[in-house]
Parts: sequence; C-alpha cells; structure tokens
Amino acid sequence: MCTGIVENTRISGSGKGPNGWFRLDRASVSYDHPDHTQAERAVIIDILSETTGPESRIAVELTPQSARDLVRAILASLSREEGHGPGARNENVQ
Amino acid sequence: MHKYRTDMYEGMIAETVMVPGHDSTVINAYFARPLGPGPFPGVVLIHHAPGWDEWYRETTRKFAHHGYLAISPNIYYHFGHGAPEDIAAKVRVAGGVPDDDVVGDIAESLGYLKSLPQSNGKVGLFGTCSAGRQTFLVACRTKGFDAAVDCWGGRMVMSQQELTPKYPVAPIDYTKDLSCPLLGLFGEEDQSPTPQQVAQHEEELKKYGKTYEFHMYPKAGHGFFYYDRSGYRQEPAVDGWNRVWAFLEKYLGTTDKC
Repeated sequence: MCTGIVENTRISGSGKGPNGWFRLDRASVSYDHPDHTQAERAVIIDILSETTGPESRIAVELTPQSARDLVRAILASLSREEGHGPGARNENVQ
Repeated sequence: MHKYRTDMYEGMIAETVMVPGHDSTVINAYFARPLGPGPFPGVVLIHHAPGWDEWYRETTRKFAHHGYLAISPNIYYHFGHGAPEDIAAKVRVAGGVPDDDVVGDIAESLGYLKSLPQSNGKVGLFGTCSAGRQTFLVACRTKGFDAAVDCWGGRMVMSQQELTPKYPVAPIDYTKDLSCPLLGLFGEEDQSPTPQQVAQHEEELKKYGKTYEFHMYPKAGHGFFYYDRSGYRQEPAVDGWNRVWAFLEKYLGTTDKC
C-alpha cells in the first residue's frame, strides 16, 4: 500500500493452489512493491476467494512489460474466440 | 550507540504479547527488550505494507539488541491470521488500513511502553515504506513521542484524487502539528517518495520551524535496508542505521545500561 494504486473487480472462475482447486470470486490488481519479483515495483495480481481463508489466493507479481504482454494475450485469445479464429499462436516463435 | 565489549553480559527476551489497540480492542504485538531493570528508552515499530513479517521481527530484536524496549504491534490484526503476505493481500484488496485505526493502535503501544517499570519515560517511533508515512502521521497526531524515524515513507504528499475515507488528509498537511524531532532517510532513485516530494516536505518542516534531519542517498531507491529484496544497498543501509542509532540516542537518552 505504498503507492495506493489498487483496482478491484469481481470475477467468476477457479484457481488451483497447494490444496487443489477452489472457486475464485475477486481479483485485485495493484502496482506496488513486490515480495519476490526482482523489481522496485510490479503489477501485483491477487485472485482470491472472499468466502474462504486468506490462503485461498492465487498471487502473481509481473514486471510492467510482462503485465502488458499478458493483457494482450488474454484479449487476443478472447477476440480470436469471438471471431472463431485458428488455433494456438505463440508470439515467441513467430 | 551500542558499545560492545567481549566481556559484557548480553541478554534479551522476545515474544508475542497482547496489547491494547484502538477503540478498546486488543491486538497482538511482537515485543523485545534487553534483560535487566533498565531504565531503557522505548521504540514503537510500525510494520510495512508487505505485512507483519520476519523483517519486522528481526528489526524489533535489533532495537532490543541496541538497548531499547521495542514493540511492533500487528496493525493488520483485524484482518485475520495467516501467512503475513496473505494477510497483506487481504489488506490490499480492502484498500488499506484506515489512518485513524493506525494512529489509535500506535498511541496505545506508546502507553504500553511508558507503563513498563523498565522504561526511562522516552519513546520513539520507527517505520519504513507505508509505515514511514504512518510514523510521520502518528508523530503529528499523537502527543508523547520523543523522536520519529521515517524511512522512505511515500504518499506524504497526496493529490485531492488520492484522498479517501480511509486516508482523508495528506500527512504533509499535518506538519505544523509534528510533536517531536524527525529523522528521514530517503533514496534518490525512489519513485515514492520522489526527491521532489521529499523537498516539498522539507520546505513544510522549515516553514513551521520543526526539528528534523533528512538524508537523501544517491544510488539508492526504495527500501534500501531490506537485505532480502532487490532494493538493498549496503553502503546507504549501514550509514542509515548508524544515523538511526545516533538520532535516537540523542533524543531518547542513553542505551548504555543494557
């Protein structure tokens, strides 16, 4: 909470942790100091269940560029599904 | 400054205790003190945004090692219990801890330290990162502290858009009420606070004639004391700790009795 930059949203889906799968109902995206990533600041994504304990959490810390790449990949996959596009594409091998 | 001798006796006790919190609540805290009758000065450590974690326990013991009654209250207590980083994530999702709650919790820890028979009656404040900001806030809104150490506290300066019901006032706007001498340690490469924001804060301290020392380290960014993070910088960290000990000894009294 050093930066105060936090965006919360309700979501619906599932995540897998050390104890197996669990439902996810909330995502929190902040831009702050990471715990593990070797950067002063990172995009920190917490996807979690509000109804279970704090350990029911999928935690991700991404460099800003990685976060942009991930967003682009998610949006691209959604737009291709909507347009019934072809199968898997890996931008690393294009 | 702690003066070592190879023939000296040393000992401390460090444990979790329950202490009063804001609004008549009870919260847990990590408390470390030198063995012996004292009298010892005290320090309240406010933990940083990553949580009530191992670094803050180590740092609490470090203060006890240097002769202080040191307490680190768990300001995330009301968010439940689990791994520190999981509780910190809950706090992030909730948008942080209200400033009023932090001020209340820390004021109660001040009273706890002063009530101890080993206390010399002097108590300081220490905080890093978000707790640097809270350290300044508490030093302005609470009477009774004798010194405060703000390590790279960000969001001291806040725009109107950043203010929320939990953070209703920018700490810089409380500067006229600062009730004790302030030590500030900052990194030139930090993005929050930026050197410009630190300079703005310094102008405000000068304007109200406050007693303060600010040190801006080149080639250092945010969190340069954290040996377990990429921001660690050895030279500024060593110099910074020496300044912390000198500053607190000046305003809290000798620690030679440990």
